[in-house]
Amino acid sequence: MAGRHGRNKLVFTALAWVLALLVFFPLLWTLLTSFKTEGEAVAIPPKFLFFDWTLENYAEVWERTDYLRHLRNSIIISLGSTLIGLAVAIPAAWAMAFSPTRSTRTVLLWMLSTRMLPAVGVLVPVYLLFKQAGLLDSRSGLVLILMLTNLPIMVWMLYTYFREIPREILEAARMDGATPLRELAYVLAPMALPGIASTLLLNVILAWNESFWTLNLTAASTGPLTAFIASFSAPEGLFYARLSAASMLAIAPIVVLGWLSQKQLVRGLTFGAVK
Amino acid sequence: MSSIHSRATARLALSPAVILLLAWMAIPLAMTLWYSFHDYQLLIPRGNEFVGWENYAYFLTDPAFLHALVNTLALVGGVLLITVAAGIGLALLLDQPIYGRGIVRVLVVSPFFVMPTVSALVWKNMFMNPVNGLLAWLAQLLGMPAIDWLAQAPLLSLVIIVAWGWLPFATLILLTALQSLDAEQKEAAQMDGAGALARFRHITLPHLARPTAVVILIQTIFLLSIFAEILVTTNGGPGTQSTNLAFLVYSQALLRFDVGSASAGGAVAVVLANILALLLMRLVGRNLDA
Amino acid sequence: MAGIALRNVSKAFGMQHVIPCIDLDIGDGELVVFVGPSGCGKSTLLRLIAGLEDATSGQVLIDGRDVTQLAPAQRGLSMVFQSYALYPHMSVRDNIAFPLRMMGMERATVERKVADAARVLNLQDYLDRKPRELSGGQRQRVAIGRAIVREPVAFLFDEPLSNLDAALRVSMRMEIARLHQQFGTTMIYVTHDQTEAMTLADRIVVLNHGRVEQVGTPLQLYRHPASRFVAGFIGSPRMNLIEGPEAARHGAATVGIRPENLVLSDHSGRWQGRVSLAEHLGSDTYVHVDVEGVGALTARAAGDFDVRHGGRVWLTPDEASLHRFDGEGRCVTASEVDHVR
Repeated sequence: MAGRHGRNKLVFTALAWVLALLVFFPLLWTLLTSFKTEGEAVAIPPKFLFFDWTLENYAEVWERTDYLRHLRNSIIISLGSTLIGLAVAIPAAWAMAFSPTRSTRTVLLWMLSTRMLPAVGVLVPVYLLFKQAGLLDSRSGLVLILMLTNLPIMVWMLYTYFREIPREILEAARMDGATPLRELAYVLAPMALPGIASTLLLNVILAWNESFWTLNLTAASTGPLTAFIASFSAPEGLFYARLSAASMLAIAPIVVLGWLSQKQLVRGLTFGAVK
Repeated sequence: MSSIHSRATARLALSPAVILLLAWMAIPLAMTLWYSFHDYQLLIPRGNEFVGWENYAYFLTDPAFLHALVNTLALVGGVLLITVAAGIGLALLLDQPIYGRGIVRVLVVSPFFVMPTVSALVWKNMFMNPVNGLLAWLAQLLGMPAIDWLAQAPLLSLVIIVAWGWLPFATLILLTALQSLDAEQKEAAQMDGAGALARFRHITLPHLARPTAVVILIQTIFLLSIFAEILVTTNGGPGTQSTNLAFLVYSQALLRFDVGSASAGGAVAVVLANILALLLMRLVGRNLDA
Repeated sequence: MAGIALRNVSKAFGMQHVIPCIDLDIGDGELVVFVGPSGCGKSTLLRLIAGLEDATSGQVLIDGRDVTQLAPAQRGLSMVFQSYALYPHMSVRDNIAFPLRMMGMERATVERKVADAARVLNLQDYLDRKPRELSGGQRQRVAIGRAIVREPVAFLFDEPLSNLDAALRVSMRMEIARLHQQFGTTMIYVTHDQTEAMTLADRIVVLNHGRVEQVGTPLQLYRHPASRFVAGFIGSPRMNLIEGPEAARHGAATVGIRPENLVLSDHSGRWQGRVSLAEHLGSDTYVHVDVEGVGALTARAAGDFDVRHGGRVWLTPDEASLHRFDGEGRCVTASEVDHVR
């Protein structure tokens, strides 16, 4: 029996690794290409590992483009929209989790339904409103929009986390004589923080990669990395090595964050329907 | 005392979120509807007069609309088919005891975190390019003619690019669901004499029904509004061969500056999405015992 | 230490009147158990006393002082919750110390009191563990520890043993009884388990649909149930309740007879029936008998009473131990029955 199980494990392991590497391959290939010279990048047959490793593409992207500015824009927009969103979502989720009323369920579902509103349905008015308000091509405009589009997800995620904090613990704290402020500091915050952290993480990722509003509402200077890469394609599309370096620079921070948050991802994106 | 007090506090805490979302939903939607019944051209300031259903008639009878509708459904359907089928397979595999599962998981989940513009450009240039792309080289190795993917099969190419990005999502959710399957259920079935196949059919598959439905509906919401991938690869072309509804509305509005008919298109997209949203709410709502 | 009194207390959630109106006096140092089926309002009543729910009307008095408007912590009570409600991110030591720190007590005093509580509850070796590293019984003891360090005027227990397995439940029950003897503090204990109520209580309050059915010592309730409901709820195995013509013969809508008040015989008696099940517990044998025209009855026999499934037996009730109930389920005495005749 042990032998059969052992052999199965080896077969499954081999198969899983082959398939996983296949799925991961485009990223791996981009990473490798980013270290090649432009000539090696388009060589046929392709060079996999044996080429002259160089960092010149990164240097060039760094010097010749506004990578840093777009990186800063991405950070400001994703972090800004998420933090403001959390400031609005935490009290709302809190209220619904701990003082539920008969309409709580309806409110939650309604909030979710706003997330399903297709962006194109409101593209025209948002564009015109932004134009009038001078928000077009501004970071604050994008912060606002991304905060609004992710707000339902934040409320939902936080709600599912908060609901798991047992009411009896809060009641115990009240019996033990904790004032509301102390209850918050000693009991609520430590228990709610993990949920808030994973909500923050997932929504930063979503905002970082959002590429409908970021492409439609910004031009060159205020665009985040999504727009940077999109504009990169036009003049430099055929410079594969440089494109790869720029791509790696655009996705690396968030892919790493994603690895850290993959456990919470499922629950966040399914609104708690799958845990 | 305390509960009445706390109920008022709760309402106060909830109101900013509700007000923001209400405004976010109501104001632009109302404007979309208003524009959709008016002749409104950004570049030609005419009277913006009321034109009734004319914009809808114009948008809906445009051959591009039918094309876009079919393309939208084909994109959604194609990506769903690939991600769900491959996702179930991968999830079943990753649920087995394997060496290095943590790393395998990380590899599989990575594409989900890649921004659409990057994944589209990487695929377009480094894989699907008819001269320098890896796929062209592979075809050549196998003695087949190279394909200009994005020109000859633009929709299929888009399906592949988008499916690559969403496969991790399906896999991860289905894997999570598999891991929550009670081992005793499978053992009970084993005691009842069910073989591996029967166990899969009668225990595992029914258990996956709900998460699969969740995957389908959530992906549909996102897939209905695929945009960036089209913008940086085919620009909707050749012709309108890879134009979906989102891209059509975008080009009406921001390329042709026809606010009226773009709004009519937006309203149509909202109606279509609402039908799907209703389905999702039922599904997710059932899980909520608020 | 203090007595607790409820005066015309009622509680409604919206249109639903969970507790219509209750008056109750609990003496200083008494261990009173609220018992009843789920949904009878016993937990709500406890939470009203604790201050976790607001009474719709009426007053809660502790030591004669009206505390209805006071916050939970100001009432000087401690509560042990069903789920224990331990703070998961704090060590056992911090959990027990929490109420003392909230009082602003000196560090040295806190440490001494925590050490005392830990010794009383045998928790010395676990003080630095987190709640998730403890067994169910240990968590329960931490929850009790957190309750006793405050030196409350009364303890409230909300079904504290329902998450424990049977053996642990018995030993924790004894531990709570021991604590009551040791401290002599007033305790209110909520449970749905009549055995727990009978073994622990000085007095039992039986609740049904938010109303007090009967208040009394365990033996009073057992011997003189005031209603059909109490008769059926208190005692295990349950009292046999007989309706129909057999009850009418005694001038009641229902008559009740406890299993130990039915005399079993294998040759003669009042009712003849067939054994459906015989439970041999060793010391006793509980015999379940189907009697035509009367129904299924349970009788207690000696441990060596030899009978098995399908056997024929005769049952004779001890007339003096018969309980009579009228159409509304209220107890009527034999003399009242005669009077009506």
